[in-house]
Amino acid sequence: MAPAEAVAHAALRLDAVSRAFGGLQAVDAVSLTVRPGERRALIGPNGAGKTTLFNLIAGALPLTSGRISLFGHDVTGTPAHRRAALGLARTFQITNLFPDLTVLENCLLAVQAQTPARFAMLRPVSQYSALRERAQATLASLALEGLGDAVVRNLSHGEQRQLEIALALAGRPRVLLLDEPTAGLSPAESRLMATLLRELHPAITVLMIEHDMDIALELSEMVTVLHYGRVIADGPREQVKADPQVKEIYLGA
Amino acid sequence: MIARRALLAAAAVAVLAGVAPFLPAYPLTLLTQALIVGILAMSLDVLLGYTGLTSLGHAAYFGVGAYAVAIMATEKQAGLIPCLAVGVLLAAATAAIFGLLAIRATGTYFLMITLALGMVIWGLAFRWVSLTKGDNGIAGVPRPSLGPLELSGPLPFFYFCLVATAVAWALMGLLVVSPFGLGLRGIRGSESRMLALGYNVWLHKYTAFVISGLFAGFGGTLWAYYNGFVSPNDVQLVTSVETLLMVALGGSGTLIGPAIGAGVIVFLKNFVSVYTKRWLLILGAVYIGVILYAPTGIVGALRGRRR
Repeated sequence: MAPAEAVAHAALRLDAVSRAFGGLQAVDAVSLTVRPGERRALIGPNGAGKTTLFNLIAGALPLTSGRISLFGHDVTGTPAHRRAALGLARTFQITNLFPDLTVLENCLLAVQAQTPARFAMLRPVSQYSALRERAQATLASLALEGLGDAVVRNLSHGEQRQLEIALALAGRPRVLLLDEPTAGLSPAESRLMATLLRELHPAITVLMIEHDMDIALELSEMVTVLHYGRVIADGPREQVKADPQVKEIYLGA
Repeated sequence: MIARRALLAAAAVAVLAGVAPFLPAYPLTLLTQALIVGILAMSLDVLLGYTGLTSLGHAAYFGVGAYAVAIMATEKQAGLIPCLAVGVLLAAATAAIFGLLAIRATGTYFLMITLALGMVIWGLAFRWVSLTKGDNGIAGVPRPSLGPLELSGPLPFFYFCLVATAVAWALMGLLVVSPFGLGLRGIRGSESRMLALGYNVWLHKYTAFVISGLFAGFGGTLWAYYNGFVSPNDVQLVTSVETLLMVALGGSGTLIGPAIGAGVIVFLKNFVSVYTKRWLLILGAVYIGVILYAPTGIVGALRGRRR
């Protein structure tokens, strides 16, 4: 990684990004700049377009108009898997894992994705010790060590949410999109998740959708508020918290 | 686990090889047939069981391999190695072309497209009379020889097919446990997650499709030698459907299961049909029994019990 380049460019930059579903303007001219290493929360009521915006950034959906760039590269028309190769990783709001595979196999899939080994056909994956060590280290960083041989289907919901993050981190991303990491978790599990997220490497740029306000504001110094597909507030968390419009529509104070 | 399965397979090969000289001609012939069709069933399993793609046109690649051998061996008197090479490569090339059309679709649409493409090959076999002799088929494909080894007798040919099947099983077995194979199982689990992780899902599926077609073609090349005769019947839809049944019966996603399923169906078909014309009825009953009591197939149920 060239530091000079990383400083010169925003990690992630959206210019008037829009997406319509028929007559519904789900994301409406959203512009956003996320600096490298920044932790930013993306908040807004249900249906504000947050997950749609994530799908646009990750390349799972095409844009209606606008432009997205990643570290200065225009990725507007780049397919999802190429964006991942450029250092973009995401988690899913609705747990999206490989339920029939073991925890270790799930993580190996994530680790090998960015290596030429993904096309290797004549050697068992179990013989790739470097890949396995990386996968195990990733699992350990999310408190999943010891569960490597468990089949994912049999994990608790909390453990599956942790594995969601592990898969995103295994590819050593530079930009991480977290879509409601604490969705469906008990208060205790949420606290564990918050602790794990706080320990993320400081160089990783994080954009996080989170409904748990305490966690969102604790983990992010910057906040963007989305409402009916539009950005209605954007800035440091104290400033956004004090914004009267935000108070009215979202914080309910 | 991989080592134990390899050991089990080696034991199975040794048993078959040891028993073969004492078998009467007819069961030996059926066993040879089961091995060949087993390769076809395993090749389909790479797509169906590991990648989650239900192809209903696998007879096409099997047929291309078979026709290539039949034409080359009868008209050009080509030897075993050139015949095998051309048959396998032509089958892979056919899959490479058909894959471009089929891999864009998923689920039922994929199934329908592979079915339609399979019918194209059947149509060619039926209508391109100057090349394929049409409905009459190509008869008189001589059994090959491998260097000084004459493979014309039932026993030598059986051994040849046994080695060929073992090699095909080993190669496909390596494929499914390799990093690439893990990627295929990932695609079966969640394509959207695979894309997000950075996999070119299309390319993975396409590569699997071509490899699967290549092995199906390999089975077809042996089939031409086995039968000595290739006709549009070998390429028809029924062959594709039967292969799908073999995979389901033996256990999809187990690789060896479909080969066992192939054996069960080949023996059932030939033994039961001696006693009754309604052997399909028996096959149907067996199939329903498996779906009800062992939905993961014979091998799937055995592995499930052990777990």
